[in-house]
Amino acid sequence: MAKVIHRQRLVPNIHWLELQAPEVAAKCQPGQFVIVMPDERGERIPLTIADWDAERGTVSMVFMCVGTSTHKLSLLNPGDEIPVFVGPLGRPSEIKNFGTVICAGGCFGIAAIHPIARALKAAGNRVVTLLDVKANYLLYWEDKLRAVSDSLHVSARDEFFDCKDYIPRKLELLLEEEKDASLVVAIGCTYLMYRCSQATKPKGVKTTVSLNPIMVDGTGMCGACRVTVGGQTKFACVDGPDFDGHQVDWDELFARRKSYFEDEIRSLCAWEKEVYP
Amino acid sequence: MAEEKEKKKELAPELKELLKAGFELEWRKELRRAKPVKERMKIPRRKMPQREPEERNRDFEEVNQGLPEEEAVFEAQRCLDCANPQCVLGCPVAIDIPGFIKLIEKGDFEGSTRKLKETNSLPAICGRVCPQESQCEEVCTLKKSTGVSVGIGNLERFAADFERRSGKVFMPPIAPDTGKRAAIIGAGPAGLTVAGELVKKGHRVTVFEALHISGGVLVYGIPEFRLPKAILKAEVDYLRRLGAEVKTNFVVGKTATLDDLRAQGFQVFFIGSGAGLPNWMKVPGENLVGVYSANEYLTRVNLMKAYDFPNYDTPVVRSKRAAVIGGGNVAMDSVRTALRLGAEKAMIIYRRSRHEMPAREEEVKHAEEEGIEFHFLTVPTRYIGDDKGRVKAMECLRMELGEPDASGRRRPIPVKGSEFTSEVDLVVCAIGQSPNPLIAQTTDGLKIGKWGNVEVDWQTMATSLPGVYAGGDIVRGGATVILAMGDGRIAAGEMDRYLRAL
Repeated sequence: MAKVIHRQRLVPNIHWLELQAPEVAAKCQPGQFVIVMPDERGERIPLTIADWDAERGTVSMVFMCVGTSTHKLSLLNPGDEIPVFVGPLGRPSEIKNFGTVICAGGCFGIAAIHPIARALKAAGNRVVTLLDVKANYLLYWEDKLRAVSDSLHVSARDEFFDCKDYIPRKLELLLEEEKDASLVVAIGCTYLMYRCSQATKPKGVKTTVSLNPIMVDGTGMCGACRVTVGGQTKFACVDGPDFDGHQVDWDELFARRKSYFEDEIRSLCAWEKEVYP
Repeated sequence: MAEEKEKKKELAPELKELLKAGFELEWRKELRRAKPVKERMKIPRRKMPQREPEERNRDFEEVNQGLPEEEAVFEAQRCLDCANPQCVLGCPVAIDIPGFIKLIEKGDFEGSTRKLKETNSLPAICGRVCPQESQCEEVCTLKKSTGVSVGIGNLERFAADFERRSGKVFMPPIAPDTGKRAAIIGAGPAGLTVAGELVKKGHRVTVFEALHISGGVLVYGIPEFRLPKAILKAEVDYLRRLGAEVKTNFVVGKTATLDDLRAQGFQVFFIGSGAGLPNWMKVPGENLVGVYSANEYLTRVNLMKAYDFPNYDTPVVRSKRAAVIGGGNVAMDSVRTALRLGAEKAMIIYRRSRHEMPAREEEVKHAEEEGIEFHFLTVPTRYIGDDKGRVKAMECLRMELGEPDASGRRRPIPVKGSEFTSEVDLVVCAIGQSPNPLIAQTTDGLKIGKWGNVEVDWQTMATSLPGVYAGGDIVRGGATVILAMGDGRIAAGEMDRYLRAL
């Protein structure tokens, strides 16, 4: 059982959840994830760790409400307990001085990229952060990210920011400006990571993505999360979640992410009927 | 997998003494006198009551219903109470088999469970999932003379169920607190056995389990229709009442390493983290949607209760035409699960013939009764997907049997030009598991074998690290529950000695 310390809607549909989990907090490293199950009938889902405080013994995740599990999580209040909170899982992101690194995040990935940007900054990198939102009111944690970035950019579909195109266009422009950039780290929905990887490929800039396939146990036991990278099958939970975006078989990942598309809708409808009769 | 040293075919002298003392008991002599061997040999083996195939193949309720009291006593009468019982030698944990069976014959069912629990802390489970026919029952004297062994497994199940249903669970005496701390990694059959033994000896025991429910393969792997989860829960509750602490949602190697635990004051360790790494055939199309490892398929259904979706949130593919690759017990569990989830056609695809199948005869028989199709001497070579990346067919090849291989089984050889395609919407790959690498990767100095297994001294189950023991599938690859428990018993004895010497 893990106790909820804080739960807040950051922007429409995106929530921040902080839980009491001292053992996990003591071990967290950037790029790792946890497996969470919101209640006894719930599903085990992976969430990237967005922040942690080893002293207070807390771990934070930011997630977007999509299916039943995330809707359940979005209704939690301080003091509530969830039956499964296990981690930190996966290999930590590679942190060293690469020179200049572009950190690209969208949706929940804005939060997920934060600990990586922070660690890369601390390792002496010039950190250029690029966030993607559909509209200005969906931007969150801008200050937190600005604090760990040498420069911060936002691509949005409205007129409030410098780029109205989807993130890959802005990324291309940034790569023109940041000639020394030797690494791009992209986190967000699968489509965002795919498009970012495509954008960096012609220039040959190494691009790390944090894959988010469906998982069950998160410890390498079931293989639900298998992805093909460089022609080889890998388990995202133990071999990843970070992989070379230029090597990922994206079509396979898109298909596997949609394995239960209809079931997920059914499940959400059934849950809504129960909660909002 | 790991080469096990040839097990001694002799019983330990102390055990021989114990068996002899039991044999000489006055009431045992009386039972023997009351019914001569010839009469006992005439009693036919009592049949395990089962639910009808057409009733059971659509739900997850248990298939075997257990012997009623009267039948159990009849069955117990079949046991000849040999002076030199071979069955005990056939049991990996050397249960005093005549001892517990004769207590059933006498009508002392509670005493019978107590006798079982002297050597086996999980009798309700072993009575259900042990391959008795190739262990204790294989060498039963009655089998040698009449061809049909005593139903030892059925009787073990009877005694354990009787105690659980009575609600009067016997609590064994606990030795005075030694203050010494043991960490058990993995709450599967091996780990639970070690925990039970060490806590009885007065040590402070903590079991670390990665999943949210204890039991390991017993909970995520073996389906409800073979081993109801309530039984497992009762066993884990019993361990807790004995004083063992069970920490679920704790991944040793991630949440804390073995060295972290040592720094926290744990003095001795048992690694029983199991064979949690599925093997694949590495044929094209294996990553299509609808192709599962047996681990994932069974975990979704058993641990996450996907059979009750959408009451439970975890989904699983509902198949019309299911193919399960493999011929072991896990394959039988998977295919019978697919059938229960509504498959119109549920098939076993096995590359050798029926004779070579490693699954228990009972499981194969149950599967056949329920309408499972068996396709022997067949191997998939490729899976074909639709435009959404979902499996829609598999390409197979026929095999024929050639010369025996290293395992002594005749090697399957492809028949040229025998390719054919079969429509399927679910494939479960049940061709075995390898040891989970998480602990090996995060424990410096732990010696690992070439299959990723933790290497141990088979006499003591000690690993290359002082105070660190291991057993079950993490050393054996995919083996059986009872072998894991046998390892656990050996390790627990050694761990007790190790702790006392500190």
